[in-house]
Amino acid sequence: MSAPRIAIVDVCSGNLRSVERALAAAGADTFVTRDAAELRRADKLVIPGQGALGTFARELAARGLEAPLREELASGKPMLGICLGMQVLFEHGEEHGGIQGLGLLGGDVVKFAASAARKVPHIGWNQIEAPAGRDRDPLLRDIPDGAHVYFVHSYYAVPTDPSVIAVETDYGGRFCAAIRKDNLFACQFHPEKSQHVGLQLLRNFVQQA
Amino acid sequence: MLTRRVIPCLDVKDGRVVKGTNFVALRDAGDPVEQAAAYNAAGADEVCFLDISASPEGRSTLVDVVARTADQVFAPLTVGGGVRSVADADRLLVAGADKISLNTAAIRDPRLVAELADQFGSQAIVVAIDARRVRRGDLAAEAAQLAEARARGLPPDAVWEVYSHGGRTPEGLEVIAWARRVAELGAGEILLTSMDRDGTRSGYDLELLAALSAAVTVPVIASGGVGQLEHLAEGLQAGADAVLAASIFHFGQHTIGEAKQYLASRGIPVRL
Repeated sequence: MSAPRIAIVDVCSGNLRSVERALAAAGADTFVTRDAAELRRADKLVIPGQGALGTFARELAARGLEAPLREELASGKPMLGICLGMQVLFEHGEEHGGIQGLGLLGGDVVKFAASAARKVPHIGWNQIEAPAGRDRDPLLRDIPDGAHVYFVHSYYAVPTDPSVIAVETDYGGRFCAAIRKDNLFACQFHPEKSQHVGLQLLRNFVQQA
Repeated sequence: MLTRRVIPCLDVKDGRVVKGTNFVALRDAGDPVEQAAAYNAAGADEVCFLDISASPEGRSTLVDVVARTADQVFAPLTVGGGVRSVADADRLLVAGADKISLNTAAIRDPRLVAELADQFGSQAIVVAIDARRVRRGDLAAEAAQLAEARARGLPPDAVWEVYSHGGRTPEGLEVIAWARRVAELGAGEILLTSMDRDGTRSGYDLELLAALSAAVTVPVIASGGVGQLEHLAEGLQAGADAVLAASIFHFGQHTIGEAKQYLASRGIPVRL
């Protein structure tokens, strides 16, 4: 079987190139696009994001990507959101006094409360863990609980429905580090910057049907 | 649990490493891409490129270096030196840097910090501060700082001044007040270098580090003065969130792995 064609959705993101290279290293056949017809032709979609959510949400709308992304998601195509590509899925973000997200998932994107004990942004390598008592997400195959991944963010998503939480991380309290809803998986950390652990997650995404 | 970071720093001039490790296995020891890859393979949590090119040509070479590094190193990269505008920052971030670091440009135009944070998010903006200890009375803006220092039990002369241009030019700014200001403007991290300790191998200025770490709620990276592994532990115990070092790694005195094993043995959370 030939490698699946993976479209990397171009939403003015700083980490586009890093995501493209990491997916290539994970064995993917990728292309970068913002064209709805090309998104339809792809087997899988990746929405990378890095930067400020306001700029990102505005560009997503300006590039006419909202409707195509909803359609592709509804079609059952596997999708992977990264960082802002996760945050933008939610209804509402509190950055810059309020940002409207896609609303594909119920919940808000809020800022960590900063203190001397909890510096904000949350920057560095932290551990991930699948929530207890539930099936482990297939994208975590060969990634044990306690594995370290790289985070660099001030905001995090709080899903209304806790059953979508696929990965949790502790930063002065547990927060949602990744979600799963049907064909959609999205993570707050950066697999493209998380060395072998991140590449394993990307490989899982590339290889799994 | 969030681990503390160990960050090797490479000085890059005109696209070449001018102060770096003598890794035996490297084909080209002057290639920053190979050095960054070797450090990451050794377990570095992040790599920092500090561009010290004097010319615009030299600086534009850095964008290419960052892009080639990001092509093969899937780990965080911070780039500093010569960032003066939103366009400069954009080029480096698009090439694959995760964070960009400003020093003199932030002092010349503090609004730039706010613009960059607006555009790219605070998490991508580091302000580097070069600090030098000054005698009481040498700085106009120090009174409140002195009172605070005394309240923390620091010595009465614990005041530091901001220097620019690689530590050559005194700016008349008090370090802690400046750090608070850039954090309010949107800086997401402070890279703090003690000019008194830089190059001395006698350890970080722990009073400075403790005072600054307690004064801001953004992460602080300690720099300047590391001569042995114990100094890394001291810096983290004084409140730093990450430790940056150059010479102890570059001259093969210690590997990143040894540094992290040592920190773990001292009870400091690190990624092994």
